[in-house]
Amino acid sequence: MNLAQEMSDSNRILTIALFMVMVLVTILITIQGGRKTRTATDFHSGGRGFSAVQNGFAVAGDYVSAASFLGIAGTIALYGYDGFLYSIGFLVAWLVALLLVAESLRNSGRFTVADALSYRMKQRPVRTAASIATLSISIFYLLAQMVGTGALVTLLLGIKEGETFLGMDSGAAKVVGIVVTGLLMVAYVAFGGMKGTTWVQIFQACVKIGLAFVLAILVLVEYNFNLSDLLGDAASVSGQGAAFLEPGLRYGTEVPGDALQTLWNKLDLISLGLALVLGTAGLPHVLIRFYTTPDGKTARRSVNWAIGLIGMFYLLTLVLGFGAAAMVGREAIIAENPAGNSAAPQLSQVIGENIAGSTGGAIMLALIASAAFAAILSVVAGLIIACSSSLAHDLYNGVFKHGKASGHQEVVFAKFAAVGVGAIAVVIAVFAQDLNVAFLVALAFAVAASANLPTLLFSLFWKRFNTAGAVAGIYGGLISAISLVIFSPTFSGTETSLLGEGVDIAWFPLSNPGLVSIPFGLVCAVVGTLMSKESNPDRFASMQVRALTGAGAERASVH
Amino acid sequence: MTTTPEDHGPPAEVSDADIAAMHDDPRFVELKRTLFRFTVPVLLAALAWYLVYVLLSAYARDFMGIVLFGNINLGLVLGLSQFVVTFWVTWAYSRFTARKFDRQSAELRDDIMNGGTR
Repeated sequence: MNLAQEMSDSNRILTIALFMVMVLVTILITIQGGRKTRTATDFHSGGRGFSAVQNGFAVAGDYVSAASFLGIAGTIALYGYDGFLYSIGFLVAWLVALLLVAESLRNSGRFTVADALSYRMKQRPVRTAASIATLSISIFYLLAQMVGTGALVTLLLGIKEGETFLGMDSGAAKVVGIVVTGLLMVAYVAFGGMKGTTWVQIFQACVKIGLAFVLAILVLVEYNFNLSDLLGDAASVSGQGAAFLEPGLRYGTEVPGDALQTLWNKLDLISLGLALVLGTAGLPHVLIRFYTTPDGKTARRSVNWAIGLIGMFYLLTLVLGFGAAAMVGREAIIAENPAGNSAAPQLSQVIGENIAGSTGGAIMLALIASAAFAAILSVVAGLIIACSSSLAHDLYNGVFKHGKASGHQEVVFAKFAAVGVGAIAVVIAVFAQDLNVAFLVALAFAVAASANLPTLLFSLFWKRFNTAGAVAGIYGGLISAISLVIFSPTFSGTETSLLGEGVDIAWFPLSNPGLVSIPFGLVCAVVGTLMSKESNPDRFASMQVRALTGAGAERASVH
Repeated sequence: MTTTPEDHGPPAEVSDADIAAMHDDPRFVELKRTLFRFTVPVLLAALAWYLVYVLLSAYARDFMGIVLFGNINLGLVLGLSQFVVTFWVTWAYSRFTARKFDRQSAELRDDIMNGGTR
């Protein structure tokens, strides 16, 4: 089954038509949301009027990226069991957000992560540090998504090297994909603000989770809902036998005769696991979603919905991944995309063909391609709004204007910031489109877990915590995570490195820095705190009472 | 204090001092204790179970490969148990907040907001 051969121009036009319908719907939603966006609260936090169900869907839209949608299904399809590790880390992580962060953050902050972090500290140094962390995390994540977008659009349209479609070869189609995605994400944020973006994310969450659900049910129908038979088929088609259903094909691989490399590989797996589980509750684009609810209780209840939706989605990817392994097969997937990203679209085509011949295949493929495109758009829009809010509220207003800029000035600045960040991301993504940037997602999680989570928890729960501790913790976690990646094999020294084999500055043996950078960020925060005499018990008292009771919390705006 | 009212001032009717005063109230101390007694052990247990799962995936591969029935092995069941634990904790926490935490916390909030009209 080769997508490019099977895919005639009429099939591509069907896929593009579905893309356009979806884009049109989201633009209408954006215009509707934008009409009601007036104040800074509207722009940054969507007026704080979203219910638990609405915000739960929007969080799922924000969180389930194309990397989850296509990447995890693809990793399971190629490596079996090991692909599962990612989805488990991504899900369990939500317990940290649910039990410690969501309600307290909503009650004690206003628009950004820095609001809660700097509540009882000196504003400018903490806001600057928190904003730099927010921007680093969001931009790493954004670049990973944007570079992936180009490849994904050509993949979803089935344009191979040397082919053309509507006069575009695969290189041109990649650039067009990146630019269109960039224009849409900036448009959602600049015209719709948080209100428009939230509704777009709710819509796109329904599209992607709904279609994944339909596809998974169709796979299970083929196997009479017998998971064991599906796994058995996947294992035998994979050629790996029982090993396909056991850990070790992708992560923590054992290298015969090289005990040291085996040790590093296993530590790398643990390091990845830690960053995944501790990173989510430090991702700014996820955290600022809690401010869109009317109160802390609603923010917490929206996490219940998010956990239900995200958990169900990851269970579906399990079925999709093993389904693709069994029904498409490793060789056909690798022929299409060596990383396995095409597994879910290829599976949808096979399923569609089983039901209604080649037309059915084309329709299913177009639907799943639209779901993947929805996943990209909703995540990048969330990242852009996190960047623009932090630039406008933390850096422009908090640091440069000493908090004296008006709400209107802040909103205008935020809109320009969205355009600026979007333009920079598009340009970098176009130039970096052939580089292997998949590591940027893991890096974003590692920075979130090392710089943001420890300082956020300390500021909510540790009385003695102070400005020096927050600043040291944020920069310590941020700098250690980034520099360890620069000196790791993902960056240089091997064939698959960012810089290739020619340059070798890799002395740190792990690809994932979390195992070292998370404890390092934590220690920096503690040492920084203890070395400074500053302490503000009254402000801590008021912050904790606010966080747990919601007294004096920001209210929903009334229109 | 270096904060400005534009930054994160409380609504006009209640002052920061009123809110801070609640911190040493025995009812607030009790609220905190009730909350942390639930969240801290539950979260630590869930994260420990996740860590055990990751460690088993790294170091106990033969164990994870033990077939329970059909093609279902222990690794898959332990992986699915992570979903069960996450869903269970979510359910248990919303039951806990509905039965205990929300009522106590709303009581204190009303107290602060009504007592704070200086």
